Amino acid sequence: MKNKIISILQQNARISNTALGEMLGISPEAAEAEIKKLEDDGVIRGYSVIIDEDKYDRSTVHATIELKVTPQRDCGFNDIAKTIMMYDEVESVSLMSSGAYDLAVEVKGADLKDVAFFVSERLATIEGILSTSTHFILKKYKEKGIFIDGEEQDERGLG
Amino acid sequence: MIVIDYDKILSNKIKNIKPSGIRKFFDIAGTMEGVISLGVGEPDFNTPWVIRKAAINVLERKHIVYGPNKGLAPLRKAISDKINKKHKVEYDPDSEIIVTVGGSEAIDLALRGIIDPGDEVLVVEPCFVCYAPLIELSGGVAVPVPTRLENNFKLTVEDLKDKITPRTKMLILPFPNNPTGAVMTKKDLEPIAELLRDTDIMVLSDEIYSELTYGMRHFSIIELEGMRERTIYVNGFSKAYAMTGWRLGYVSAPEPIITQISKIHQYGIMCSPYISQNAAIEALTSCDKEVTKMVDEYNTRRKYLVSEFNRLGLTCFDPEGAFYVFPCIKSTSLTSDEFCERLLYEEKVAAVPGSAFGASGEGYMRISYAYSLKHLMEAMSRIEKFLKKLEAEKK
Repeated sequence: MKNKIISILQQNARISNTALGEMLGISPEAAEAEIKKLEDDGVIRGYSVIIDEDKYDRSTVHATIELKVTPQRDCGFNDIAKTIMMYDEVESVSLMSSGAYDLAVEVKGADLKDVAFFVSERLATIEGILSTSTHFILKKYKEKGIFIDGEEQDERGLG
Repeated sequence: MIVIDYDKILSNKIKNIKPSGIRKFFDIAGTMEGVISLGVGEPDFNTPWVIRKAAINVLERKHIVYGPNKGLAPLRKAISDKINKKHKVEYDPDSEIIVTVGGSEAIDLALRGIIDPGDEVLVVEPCFVCYAPLIELSGGVAVPVPTRLENNFKLTVEDLKDKITPRTKMLILPFPNNPTGAVMTKKDLEPIAELLRDTDIMVLSDEIYSELTYGMRHFSIIELEGMRERTIYVNGFSKAYAMTGWRLGYVSAPEPIITQISKIHQYGIMCSPYISQNAAIEALTSCDKEVTKMVDEYNTRRKYLVSEFNRLGLTCFDPEGAFYVFPCIKSTSLTSDEFCERLLYEEKVAAVPGSAFGASGEGYMRISYAYSLKHLMEAMSRIEKFLKKLEAEKK
């Protein structure tokens, strides 16, 4: 039940309780309660929206930044990750198993300069960060399982 | 200028065959903008990657040849094992199985192998559109055996009994059913088998949707005593493994039948596509998990649609197989054709009128759920709008 709900919400978090209940074979009230439980347990942390930046606002740029970090005594990478994630510009922070870098940070800015400034003045200056490598995202085709561009046309006949 | 009257040249037999009722309707839909279709009869999933990879390997490394008439030996062995695992029934891979170009060819072989001119074939309706035309092409007579909503669209002995005549040669048993989604359980099939055991009537069991059942294992008539001997079993890869474009199916039957019908295949087709056959071995041996995943997703959509239609006041039978729901539209006082035509023109939703699947399909429409939930939810909101409009018109 839990997996099914999550998989349906990942496709469309705005689905009505009625429709969700119908898919699961339970009442709308029961569906609502299931979601509430997942929220209370902290499994569901929030709901976001996936947008086509090209259509919405051309001036936003996104970048992925690879950070090489010196782990801190007692808390490893956690402390630095927590410092970084406090910035509004930061959309995601992940610890990676790669040997080349430790933290992958996704950053949003108004333009290239904005992001460059954030990296050099805010991120690079944090104690423990050894190096940064910035990759600007040119175009997103798919995000969180949702097609943004390049979805194939349905070419099926009627068999 | 030479004027040729092609009408005089063409065979009368072929001219008398009616074109598919599905096609006509969707030709209109094709010319319209923004139409959301619920019409297809093939999975929206792509063929599992391991199957495609197997085909790529064949293309890269092998010489693409005809192959044996009846199909590649390892594939026939895998098919035999699959049937045995599913139904505990044995078919000899060498003499009792033919790999065909889709389930469609398998059906055609079975009909042509059995029918002599004037023979009657019982066709359980509503059903897929190919049976009656293929029967007529073989010179046979298609005798519809309607199934009803009251019986959950199952075939009953009572439906069957009075249709049997001395000329009855065959019964086509298409379960899980397209378009109703009905299934036949062991209990449903036992009385049918009982009736047929004392006759020479053969069964053509079209089990192309057998992997797509919900909450139960598919039961085949070949499992019942004495029925393997009088059944031509048809299945394929299209629906279960999302392999429609690969054109691959199979037919299994007792040796004397396979020996005869393999001649039709041999002369008309030669052999099934070599690349597809190699890929199909992979499908049978390593894709159970993928099938389960697809079935699970279909099931969510199925539950959603059945509840939605019932909520909107269109009685919808709870189908236990295939990927269609078959809601009843009689409450709107429109015919299936009228309903679907207006739904298309006014709300741009394309569904197939039930009447395309035989006279007993009148009063219903076929809705395919081989579409994403997002697509289905958009379609349902349009249908809801359309029904409200019809309601308002009545007042």
